[in-house]
Amino acid sequence: MYKYSEFDHAFIAERNRQFRTQVAHRLNGTLTEDEFKPLRLMNGVYLQLHAYMLRVAIPYGTLNSTQMNALADIAERWDKGYGHFTTRQNIQFNWPKLSDIPDILDHLATVEMHALQTSGNTIRNVTTDHFAGAAKDELFDPRPYAELIRQWSTDHPEFQFMPRKFKIAVTASPEDRAVTKAHDIGLRGLIRDGQIGFQVIVGGGLGRTPMVGKILKEFIPINELLPYLEATVSVWNLLGRRDNKYKARIKITVHEHGIDDIRARVEDRFNLIKLGYGPMDLEYVETLKAHFSEPDYDISEAHFELPKTGPMAAWIDTNTHAHKQDAYVSVSISLKKHGDTPGDASARQMRIIAELAKHFAHDEIRISHEQNVILPHVPKRHLAQIYEVLRSVNLNTANTGLISDIIACPGMDYCALATARSIPIAQQIAQHFDALKLEHDIGPMKIKISGCINACGHHHVGHIGILGLDRAGVENYQITLGGDGGPNMTLGDRMGPGFSAQEVIPAIERIVFAYLDVRQASDETFLDCYRRVGSDPFKTALYHASETQAAE
Amino acid sequence: MPQNTSSSPNYAYVITANHLITGEVVYVAQDQTWTPWIQHALTYADDTQMQAALTLAQSQTETVVGVYSAKVQITDTGIETTHFREAFRVTGPSNYAHGKQQESLFNV
Ligand code: HEM
Ligand code: SF4
Repeated sequence: MYKYSEFDHAFIAERNRQFRTQVAHRLNGTLTEDEFKPLRLMNGVYLQLHAYMLRVAIPYGTLNSTQMNALADIAERWDKGYGHFTTRQNIQFNWPKLSDIPDILDHLATVEMHALQTSGNTIRNVTTDHFAGAAKDELFDPRPYAELIRQWSTDHPEFQFMPRKFKIAVTASPEDRAVTKAHDIGLRGLIRDGQIGFQVIVGGGLGRTPMVGKILKEFIPINELLPYLEATVSVWNLLGRRDNKYKARIKITVHEHGIDDIRARVEDRFNLIKLGYGPMDLEYVETLKAHFSEPDYDISEAHFELPKTGPMAAWIDTNTHAHKQDAYVSVSISLKKHGDTPGDASARQMRIIAELAKHFAHDEIRISHEQNVILPHVPKRHLAQIYEVLRSVNLNTANTGLISDIIACPGMDYCALATARSIPIAQQIAQHFDALKLEHDIGPMKIKISGCINACGHHHVGHIGILGLDRAGVENYQITLGGDGGPNMTLGDRMGPGFSAQEVIPAIERIVFAYLDVRQASDETFLDCYRRVGSDPFKTALYHASETQAAE
Repeated sequence: MPQNTSSSPNYAYVITANHLITGEVVYVAQDQTWTPWIQHALTYADDTQMQAALTLAQSQTETVVGVYSAKVQITDTGIETTHFREAFRVTGPSNYAHGKQQESLFNV
C-alpha cells in the first residue's frame, strides 16, 4: 500500500499543529463558532445530534493491520469502543470530545492517516472497488491511479473552495463495484491498444436530485488523466451554481448546460492546460504502482478442497469472492449480524480483523462501500481457521449480498440532518427475515436505507430503497423498487404513499412474498424479476393486500 | 418551574444547544446555567421571554454551540418533547444505550 513520503508526513504534522491551535482558540473564545466551523469541517469534524463526529479518510478503502489497530485505539481511548464504517469507505467516530480531537489526529498521523477533505467543498476521499488488486474479473489494479488522484486533489489550491463537495470513484472491473455512475466523476478502467486508461463519467449523484452519470469521454489514456480531471473540475468550479447549494453539484451543471456543452468546454480547457502539465511522469506512476505490488503469494496448495456442507460452507458461498490466484479468495467480513447496527465494528472486532489480516492474509484490509470489511488476499487453506476466529467475535454472519446485508446511514439516531431513523429499520428487517429463515431462498437482494433525502444510504440504487421522512412530526418511510448500483446504474421507481415505522417491516415482507410468488425460478433474482414484471404486482402487494386476501 | 397555566394544552419552549467541548445536548436550566437534563430546564410560556432568553443563550458562544428553542408540552409528569427529533436528543440514540441513557458527561 502507499507509504507516506517525507513531504506527506510533514504536511499532515503541520495541518495537525494548525488544527490544535484552532481548537485551543475556539475553546478560549478567540475564535467564534462561525469562524471555527469551516476550519473544523476541513478536518472532518462535524457536530451531530448528541456529540461531535470525526470522519477519518480511508483512501480507496485500503488499510493494514497497524492502521486498523490504531482505529481500535481511538475507539477505546477517545470514543465509546466502536466505529462506524460508511458507504464512502470512511470510518466515523460518533462520540469524540472536541478537546480530544487534536490528539486523535496526531495518533492517526503515526499510522499515516488523516481526516482532511472528508468534509467541506473539496474533492473528497477517492473511492474504489473493495476487491481492487485481488479480483479475478479486474483489468488492472485501479488503486495506483486512485492514489495519483488523491495526491493531485489533496490541498489542491484551486479546489479548496468549490461550489460544493466533489466525489470521485474509480473501478477497473466490468462489475463496477464502486457505483461510479453515482459520483461527480466516475472512472472506469479500460485497456486500448495495450494502453491503460479510463472512460470518464460525469454528473452522477444521489441526494435530493438523483442522476445517473453520463459519459464525458470514452477513453482518456493514463498520461492525460490528471489534466483531463483538472479541466473537468475547473469548468465546473467556474460554472457551478454558488447561489443555491441544492443546485451546486456538477450533476446540475451538466443537466443545465447539457453534456455536449460541458464536453466542449472541458476539451478547450484540457487543450489549454495539458501543455502546462508537460508529459506525464510515467516513471512516477511506476513508483506508485510499486506501492501496490502484489503480495508474495503462497500457492503451495493451489487445489485446496473447500467444505461443501455446513455453516462454514454457507459462509464460503456468500462471503468469498473469486481471486486472481486460484489458491486464494477475497473474504467479506460481514458487519451486518442480524440485529446489529450496519457498518459498526467494536474495537475488539477491529483488533481481531487486524490480527487475521496480519497472520493469514498478507496484512491487507479493505472497507467496502457496502459497509463490510474485506480481507482481499486469503489463501484458501486458511479459510477454516479464519472462519473459527471470526465466529468467536460474531463476525461470521453468512449474508453478503443477501437481504440482511443492508446499507443504512446513521439517520436520526445520530445525524443532525435526518428526518427519520434508519438503523432500527435495518435491524428489524434483518431480524425479521432471519427469523423466517428465508434469507438464502430470497437470494441476492440489496436493501438500502437513508434517513433523509441526502441519500447517504444510497436508497435510490437499492433493489429495495427506503427513505425516511418526517410527515407532520411522525416518521414515514417511502419505498422505491428496482434501483441498481451496478454497471448499468438504474434509479429505483417510487411506489405510492409511505409507511409508518410500524408498517414498514410488513410492507417489505409483502414485497418479498410477492417476489417469491411471481419469480420464474429460484435463480431469477429480485432485480431480474422486477425488470421482467414491472411494479404492478408489488404495488398490489403493498397497497391492495387486504383486498386480494378478501377476494380469495 | 414557571408553568403555562393560561392556555391548554400546556405548550411552552425550552432553550437547547450542544455543549462546546463534549457536544452533549444541554438546556438552559432554572438557575440560568446549562443542564443536560430536560426536566431541569427552564420553560418559557411567553414568546417574548423566550426570544430574550434565546438571544442571551446565543451570546454564550464559549460554552455552547447551535442554540435554538424547542417546543415542549408541560404535563403532570414534567416536560415532554413535541417532536421525535427532540425526544432523541433527550435520550440518545436508539441502537445503543449511549448518550444520556448511559451517562451524562456532566456527571450530575
Ligand atoms: C452523519 C453525518 C453526515 C452528514 C452531516 C452528511 C451530509 C450529507 C449531505 C448534506 C449530503 C448531500 C450532498 C449533496 O447532495 O450535495 C450527503 C450525501 C452523501 N453522503 Fe453523507 N452525511 C453524513 C453521513 C454519511 C455517512 C455515514 C455516509 C455513509 C454511510 C455518507 C455518505 C454519503 C453519500 C454516499 C452521499 C451521496 C450522495 C451524493 O453525494 O450524491 N454520509 N451527505
Ligand atoms: S442521508 Fe440524511 S440522515 Fe442519513 S446520514 Fe445522510 S444526511 Fe444524515
